Amino acid sequence: MTALQYARCLAGIVRREALRWLNQRGRFVSALVRPLVWLAIFAAGFHFVLGVSIIPPYETYIPYEVYIAPGLLAMIQLFNGMQSSLSMVYDREMGSMKTLMISPFPRWFLLVAKLLAGVAVSVVQAYIFMAIAWFWDIEPPLSGYLAVLPALILAGLMLGALGLVLSSFIRQLENFAGVMNFVIFPMFFTSSALYPLWRVEEASPVIYWLSEINPFTHATELIRFALYDRFNVLSALVVTVYLVVFVALAVWGYDPGRGLMARRAGAE
Amino acid sequence: MRDAEPPPEAPPLVVERLSHAFGARQALSDVSLSVGQGDFTVLLGLNGAGKTTLFALITRLYHSRNGAIRVFGHDLQKNAQAALRRMGVVFQQATLDLDLTIEQNLFYHAALHGMPRGEAIARIGEELARVGLAARRRERVRLLSGGQRRRVELARALIHNPSLLLLDEPTVGLDMASRQFLLEHVRALCHSRGLGVLWATHLIDEAAPDSRIVILHQGRVVASGPHEGILAEAGEPTLKAAFDRLIADGAAATGGEPS
Repeated sequence: MTALQYARCLAGIVRREALRWLNQRGRFVSALVRPLVWLAIFAAGFHFVLGVSIIPPYETYIPYEVYIAPGLLAMIQLFNGMQSSLSMVYDREMGSMKTLMISPFPRWFLLVAKLLAGVAVSVVQAYIFMAIAWFWDIEPPLSGYLAVLPALILAGLMLGALGLVLSSFIRQLENFAGVMNFVIFPMFFTSSALYPLWRVEEASPVIYWLSEINPFTHATELIRFALYDRFNVLSALVVTVYLVVFVALAVWGYDPGRGLMARRAGAE
Repeated sequence: MRDAEPPPEAPPLVVERLSHAFGARQALSDVSLSVGQGDFTVLLGLNGAGKTTLFALITRLYHSRNGAIRVFGHDLQKNAQAALRRMGVVFQQATLDLDLTIEQNLFYHAALHGMPRGEAIARIGEELARVGLAARRRERVRLLSGGQRRRVELARALIHNPSLLLLDEPTVGLDMASRQFLLEHVRALCHSRGLGVLWATHLIDEAAPDSRIVILHQGRVVASGPHEGILAEAGEPTLKAAFDRLIADGAAATGGEPS
């Protein structure tokens, strides 16, 4: 296989993911509505309850909406990562997984390509959300919109890779409700997405430390800082380390000798 | 792929002493079979005989530590890429994206084989014309009937010009006309292109007198050979009777354990 053939394969996988996303209206709409509901209702409700003092990267007092926007961007990516990866293990989609796996390209490449395709879609969603959020006075500097792109890509890769790992190892999470309860909600609430961690520390040191090691916290902080033209070195490192670990686990999990495909067949 | 070059006359598919277990359940035991060039080989077995497991192993969805599979002489474990490149597959379950058009589905498949766009367009046109769906290439798969979807899947399996075609219960759920079309079409390909075909089914009448037959029962091959050879071995006048006798004997030999 030549480099050109690899490129064609990758382009084909990304194209399919994009077409599917555009064609599945429900998925398209819910992906946008979900974070907007948080922004329009949840944040409005807490607007007067929670004030956020001046913490980096912000240089002034900020309304609560502004504080949670980066967390909602990360949430878009978390949902997307779970959806595009875990959808592969649902029965109705097992077929598409098989079609992918019988491609003559190496399996690690197919998985990474699948991951990149999911990220491409989640980045587009994130930008659409930011465009709408602008009307809620979430107005980061213009340069922030550009600076956030690499952050979104890195965070999206990491969260997508997590979805791949879960899809290869965990057979019980076969419906989305299970994923919501045991993955998305715990990750989202035990993070800096909805409240600054220094306030959490005052309330519960245990939850504080859980939040500190939560990859979602660092995805959120990476995005938050980038959106205001700052680079959060620690978060970038943590996200990268988690990404490497998750990709390695996913490739291991999809090895033909173990993991998903064989165990699923055994369960049939 | 430049691995240890296999002999040029290596057959499309050789399965040697293949066994596979899911936990305590033995799905395949010591299965051997081969598909030669231009052979239409029918893998005949009841539901649960192990046909789908065998297909999953041949397509390397997972692999087994016991036994070997070679595609045109390429060992599937050592050189899966070379093997997969020459293989076209129609799975038992539907694998098309319903919300995409026929053409989009086929382009995706062409990309998975690294095909340039121009070549993909030409091949898609040819294969769709052959199954009579060229005019509908821009339609969404959701709008097609079951038989038409199967035809698209067959066209897809052939886009990259494979020399070995695997079909796992391809006629399940199809009406008589679609079934007939599919069978005749694949048989014709077998003759005209010298394609090696492995056709899994539980429908005995899909095995024509010129087919080679492998009977799989409870994970074991209980008989294999040309049509008339099977009849002779069982001492029965029809394949249906031969099949019943052979699997009864096979069950007796293995203690008749239900799988």
